[in-house]
Amino acid sequence: MKIIEGHHEIDVPDGVPVWDVDPYDVNILQDPSDYYAELRSKGPFVFIPKYSILACGRHKETKEVFSDWERFVSSRGVGLQDFELEEPWRPRSIILEVDPPDHAITRRVLARALSPKATADLKEDFQIEADKLIDELLEKGSFEAVVELAEEFPTTVFPKAVGLKENNSRALVDYGAMVFNALGPDNELRRNAMAMGPTTVPWIVEQCSRKNLKDKGFGATIFAAADAGEINEEQAEKLVRSLLSAGVDTTVTGIGSALWCLASFPEQFKRLKEDPSLMRPAFEEVLRFTSPVHSFCRTANGDTEVSGVKIAEGSKILCVLGAANADETQWSDPNKFDIGRRPTGHLAMGTGIHGCVGQNLARAEVAAVLTSILNKVDKIEFTGEAVWRPNNAIHALDKLPLIFKTA
Amino acid sequence: MVKITLVEPGGKQIIVDAKEGGSLMQAAVAAGVTGIVAECGGSMMCATCHVYVNEDDLEKLPKKSEGEDEMLDSTASIRKENSRLSCQIKIGPELEGLKVYLPESQY
Repeated sequence: MKIIEGHHEIDVPDGVPVWDVDPYDVNILQDPSDYYAELRSKGPFVFIPKYSILACGRHKETKEVFSDWERFVSSRGVGLQDFELEEPWRPRSIILEVDPPDHAITRRVLARALSPKATADLKEDFQIEADKLIDELLEKGSFEAVVELAEEFPTTVFPKAVGLKENNSRALVDYGAMVFNALGPDNELRRNAMAMGPTTVPWIVEQCSRKNLKDKGFGATIFAAADAGEINEEQAEKLVRSLLSAGVDTTVTGIGSALWCLASFPEQFKRLKEDPSLMRPAFEEVLRFTSPVHSFCRTANGDTEVSGVKIAEGSKILCVLGAANADETQWSDPNKFDIGRRPTGHLAMGTGIHGCVGQNLARAEVAAVLTSILNKVDKIEFTGEAVWRPNNAIHALDKLPLIFKTA
Repeated sequence: MVKITLVEPGGKQIIVDAKEGGSLMQAAVAAGVTGIVAECGGSMMCATCHVYVNEDDLEKLPKKSEGEDEMLDSTASIRKENSRLSCQIKIGPELEGLKVYLPESQY
């Protein structure tokens, strides 16, 4: 059987439309809404010949494939590559790219390190940093919000929360972009990301060892689990690596997208100012509306069936979370940004046993930034055009020129 | 459908029709019960779908997993013996008439 992008070619399943589209085309990655809508309209699944994969974008099937870990495994990679056929570019993740029962052990350790309680303890520190940063930006006038706020805040508070002794903001941001671009095909984005390896990977790996972590922080909690015999030393190092892989680029994206939404929909910002109790649901709506992780794959671990479609063992299925989050059968008026919505059930943080383990931290970081903005800023305005940055798995801003104004 | 009663802190009772095979959290969110927040959507990550199960009904529920047990340490309202995460309560016919109490706050 022929191999394509690291997985077996598959036959078009009966009744599944063939759609000659490239989901990793730069134009689609930058502005995916038409692609999302067309994907949903074609049926529960489409076959994409360029990569010989199935893709789904309706909420029902996307949720089913994404969360049913027994039929649709993560251990064969959550990108296009099938780890049963090829070795991944880095030693595989023991949280993201693993199935139960092994997954349950590592998941419990990370869930403990990043629990709502653990992240609530950081609330005051986060608020102090956020207030300082927003004051500086207010004083500055116009600023570039991706670098000066969305990246600046997480790369300030996150290394401290993990307990890193050394900070290297650039390496943290670049490593995240690498990990997520690596999930796509062998395209220019992936090749450029991989080219950052030599300057990024050694530093990241170095920070994961016990000696480079302080005795307080998420890292310390993980190594305490090693001391208790729940996991071994090598597993602890890999879990710290997972924190560094998925803990920065994602929150950078979440903060950037929240700012973009509030600048784009000033009436919603006004509503939030008037009722700050909407802050947490407002961030959920940002997640639903912008889907920072636009798609991840699963691999069928045996012949199976979803919504009447026969799926063959080894099939790669691109779960387009961004499309599912705009499914009109799941959400009323999905293309409207509405902070009063209760979008529980959106798939932006995944769902089920592989649901984002760092989501409490993401919410805590965003809450600090938004609290500060609600207290200090009356208007958020664009001072130039916002530009989205193509990435094989992340839908993030590249440029966001803004100004904060007071009345 | 299985009838479940949720009692708000003020004493108001809400009866929801819960779908078999789904979770109590999903049934509550679908019915618009705002006392269940469920930010993580059921990944057992956020502890914002906390409920206190009526003492007499506790034996109807399977034992909680270690993950749920640890997550319950993070509830915003005080954890009690009868605390559970409603996303982990799977609806079956044996739960007909189950009663749970909503906490003061979820975060």
